Amino acid sequence: MSNPGVIIAGAAETDELGRLPNISTLGLHIQAARNAVADAGLTMRDIDGIASVSAPGPVSVAHALGIYPDWVDGTGVGGTSFLLHVRHAAAAIRAGYAKTILITHGESGRSRVGAPPYRLDLSSPAGQFEAPYGTLGPTTTFTIPALRYMKEYGLTHEQLAYVPVAQRQWAAKNPRAMFRDIITVEDVLASRIVAYPFHLLECCLVTDGGGALIVTAADRAADFPKPPVHVLGTGEASETPMISQLVDFTESQAFRQAGRKAFAEAGITTADVNHLMIYDAFAHVPIYGLEALGFVGKGEAGAFIAEGNTEPGGVLPLNTNGGGLSYTHTGMYGMFAIQEGVRQIRGEAAAQVDGPEISVVLGNGGMFATAGVLVLGRHPR
Amino acid sequence: MSPANPSPPARPKAAPIPTPETQPYWDGAAAGELRIQRCLDCGQAYFYPRPICPSCGSADVEWFTASGRATLYSYVINHRPAPGFEADAPYAIAVVQLAEGPRMMTSLVGVAATPEALELDMPLRVTFERRGELSLPVFTPAEAESEELQ
Repeated sequence: MSNPGVIIAGAAETDELGRLPNISTLGLHIQAARNAVADAGLTMRDIDGIASVSAPGPVSVAHALGIYPDWVDGTGVGGTSFLLHVRHAAAAIRAGYAKTILITHGESGRSRVGAPPYRLDLSSPAGQFEAPYGTLGPTTTFTIPALRYMKEYGLTHEQLAYVPVAQRQWAAKNPRAMFRDIITVEDVLASRIVAYPFHLLECCLVTDGGGALIVTAADRAADFPKPPVHVLGTGEASETPMISQLVDFTESQAFRQAGRKAFAEAGITTADVNHLMIYDAFAHVPIYGLEALGFVGKGEAGAFIAEGNTEPGGVLPLNTNGGGLSYTHTGMYGMFAIQEGVRQIRGEAAAQVDGPEISVVLGNGGMFATAGVLVLGRHPR
Repeated sequence: MSPANPSPPARPKAAPIPTPETQPYWDGAAAGELRIQRCLDCGQAYFYPRPICPSCGSADVEWFTASGRATLYSYVINHRPAPGFEADAPYAIAVVQLAEGPRMMTSLVGVAATPEALELDMPLRVTFERRGELSLPVFTPAEAESEELQ
């Protein structure tokens, strides 16, 4: 094979997720890293490459762990950064820059322990041309495209509300999910409005937690205690630093672009996919994701979800950990989407799908700013 | 609120900090004009201000005064106010499409922040609001008389 295989050989989250006021941001990275290294049957001395997002960033994480790496990636493009780290790690392993790469995430998103204060630079484009209009984080910006989509494609408030309803059915099967009680469309529409048309239950959680991965060459697969998860295809893309400059408010060009790259590299079509994770900071994001990846046509995803296709028993299991809407969302959720893809391929998920061969993970960064896609497989191509 | 624990003084609304490349935009707003840029090579009008055409890469660009006409492209009605916006909540955060093509974020004034009052594609026109030392472009329904807003 001209393009040697790469696997995820270790994957783990922090011991707990949720409200963790006794662990700092760096502490969450350390715990996640230790758990992933142990999951792969390795020690820290085996790690020769590291990728992580600021803060605290790869240098701080590596140093804290006693690692002096030959390869460093600090790509920080929001919640999808970890998918890009996997892509970059695969390239680094193929190039011979490193052999055993650790990717870490830790975020004290809720408790803000050892976390930098959020501060927008008012001389940046977003600071000059969006913040003066009263934006305050993702609830006021990521949400803005939805009304345009609703008008163009007839998505109803009830269909939008069904997205968290479907995902809660998965969360109900997952003891680690933060919210597990079954909810109805009526419950969602009765929850308070955060930013019309979005109700509280259509917005993700805010939690503390972390996760880490070990990426290495596929020819070492037999050296590790867990079944290998093959990285069959990857994609990345960026679109806009400001939601107001999204190319088309009814779709994510970045999702589509990253998806095409990943599917082409893996040599798959949507028909080959048995399990899907789509970053769900808000209820409309899985709708945009399903259409961008080509699982349904433009304007069809709301009905597809509302008809039960993505919930337990449906044809396309989606966000089977419960997603950012019910499982956990530290701020940069992408790591948790990868973790669930890995668990499903290994066959160790809480809400296990029946023997999936292919799991696809779509990550979002910022407010439709960036995208990453991973095609994960049980077997090499 | 306990009297022993008074609420902190209100923070002001975010005021933009111009950069050399964006200063003409803010100078225009101070003069009551919406000034944006267009490319002299491909003719494309664009926003936000920057010294290169995003359509063709040309640096041969010029400033011009836009018509100030726009339509409502999308919005949210925000119930969790940013600092300084407490008295405004719930308020609309909108994206408008300028008659010249580009889109920009803005506030909507002279109209209720309700789904009933805010219909997508409704015609709007620019007006200006004081913000710190600067003047900030905002939009209002095109039917409204400008005198009513002053």
